[in-house]
Amino acid sequence: MAQDGADRMIVMRDVHKWFGEFHVLRGITLEVARGQKVVVCGPSGSGKSTMIRCINGLEDYQRGEIVVDGIPLDGDVKHLDAIRREVGMVFQQFNLFPHLTVMENLILAPMHVKHMPRREAEELAMFFLERVRIPEQAHKYPGQLSGGQQQRVAIARALCMRPKIMLFDEPTSALDPEMVKEVLDVMIELAEEGMTMVVVTHEMGFARQVADFICFMDQGEIVEMAPPAEFFSRPRSERTRLFLSQILH
Amino acid sequence: MAVRSESPREIPRPPVSERIGPLAWLKHNLFSTWYNTLLTFLVLWLLWVTLVPFVEWAVVNATLAGTSKADCPADGACWALVRVRFHQYLFGLYPVEERWRVLLAFALLVAGMVPLFLPRMPRRILYAIVLILVYPPVAYLLFAGGRFGLVPVETANWGGLFLTLVIAGVGITTSLPLGILLALGRRSSMPVVRALSVAFIELVRGVPLVTILFMASVMLPLFLPPGVTIDKLLRALVGVSLFSSAYMAEVVRGGLQAIPKGQYEAAMALGLSYWQMMRLVILPQALRLVIPGIVNTFIGLFKDTSLVTIIGLYDLLGMAKLITTDPAWLGRAAESYLFAAFGFWIFCFGMSRYSMYVERVLAAGRERD
Ligand SMILES: Nc1ncnc2c1ncn2[C@@H]1O[C@H](COP(=O)(O)OP(=O)(O)O)[C@@H](O)[C@H]1O
Ligand SMILES: [Mg+2]
Repeated sequence: MAQDGADRMIVMRDVHKWFGEFHVLRGITLEVARGQKVVVCGPSGSGKSTMIRCINGLEDYQRGEIVVDGIPLDGDVKHLDAIRREVGMVFQQFNLFPHLTVMENLILAPMHVKHMPRREAEELAMFFLERVRIPEQAHKYPGQLSGGQQQRVAIARALCMRPKIMLFDEPTSALDPEMVKEVLDVMIELAEEGMTMVVVTHEMGFARQVADFICFMDQGEIVEMAPPAEFFSRPRSERTRLFLSQILH
Repeated sequence: MAVRSESPREIPRPPVSERIGPLAWLKHNLFSTWYNTLLTFLVLWLLWVTLVPFVEWAVVNATLAGTSKADCPADGACWALVRVRFHQYLFGLYPVEERWRVLLAFALLVAGMVPLFLPRMPRRILYAIVLILVYPPVAYLLFAGGRFGLVPVETANWGGLFLTLVIAGVGITTSLPLGILLALGRRSSMPVVRALSVAFIELVRGVPLVTILFMASVMLPLFLPPGVTIDKLLRALVGVSLFSSAYMAEVVRGGLQAIPKGQYEAAMALGLSYWQMMRLVILPQALRLVIPGIVNTFIGLFKDTSLVTIIGLYDLLGMAKLITTDPAWLGRAAESYLFAAFGFWIFCFGMSRYSMYVERVLAAGRERD
């Protein structure tokens, strides 16, 4: 997909991973260029979360190679730290820190990882809270917010580290239907600004609108990878067709 | 069929506040059924045969005046003993003219701790750490003397409530940090660290504290080169601290286990280091969850300090025992032990109430979910 070598933000080459005996990733090869948006879909248990979590080292892998923005993810702790500073992640379950206010959640990493002064970190946090449209909630605790608001705070928290890449693992799956849109809108805006994104989701409307290409995973493999138009109208694999028929009705 | 005392079709009752007078309350709570009535009378009778003689002995027939057992009533408590020896219960055999040093040290501690309880104190944790590092040498200098013109006082003469508080205080301030480190070690991904932590915790938990104290006082000197001695009190302090840190480790581990995996992952994904993640995200949540267990361990530790009597230190209980051997008060052991028990109870009850207060404040601080 990416032509210019310097512009390849994520490179995964023949990545294999085992959980004990279980071969969960079977040779994943994926390249994401700067500013590209990749949507990953596939049946539950196909290894989508495991793959995306490999990109920022939340899971290790046993074979193959991962390079993020030119930094190899090779077990070197310095490389891992450097990659995590560049990669933001948003989880299905939000994972906000419940003992801290929204503001404290947002300034924690900038202050302690980037050693930013508090005042500056707070200004940055307010900037992103306004971007996700909840500046008025800054002094509440996560438990006092709705699911949609919590997920928007989680996005803002990741953005406060000024990442070059954002990973989303089913960001709307734990939300009540009426809150899905407010989160997707924030993600669409982010995509329009040129953020490099890898998004695991089954929101096919979102995929159609923002994805440069869609990855379909099954049983630890990328079965099909294509731009949305092609993916939806002319799926090549039988497994993709079956999956699409199940989620598109 | 089960016996039903009330018909299910009863007319709705008035609200509780209107219904309950003292008589109605009695009837409702103590005499609602025949077996409840029986139980009520049984308990009343038990109270009558135990409490009444006790109050007669401890209050009605008791005396506070007098200077020896000759002045004591035969059928009442002789609190004169406690009055006359009160200072020994507090200070043991610490020289009378030097006791101001102990009081000064405790006053310093109280003064030093005031800022910790101010509601809007910045850098509270940092202040606490500085206090923990600075206070012990100061207190030790005051207690032991030997410098700056202070008369030396051997630790063998430290005693009474003072000694109890020294041991408990040292035990409490070292067992929490040590326990946290051991708990983290036990959950570490490094096999050596994990094995060492598990071995220490299981070894120490598997042995009674008395054994540890005995080993520290009898066996340790065997391994030391001749001429080198380690202060008896220091050995007791080390024994008590290590013992309670093993228990503390398990309490803290319980809290760590209750924190969802997602919290660790979010912290790591943000780029926090292991220690930052623990300090800023995991431990604040985990410790909050186990405050009751932590305080429980503190209370246990406080009471366990009385075991140092066995290796010849005179803490509050040891002092109470020593006083009973004084011929002037022979046969007045009950008063002495009761007073010591009361001393322990005051402190343990205080800790328990304080922990309840802390939990309430934390709960009110953020109504979650
Ligand atoms: N920590 C783990 N240990 C063992 N098996 C795991 C672990 N995490 C995930 N798995 C298994 O790996 C497979 C892929 O999981 P996952 O990547 O979460 O799938 P998806 O996100 O596509 O639903 C599943 O079968 C799951 O049970
Ligand atoms: Mg998943």
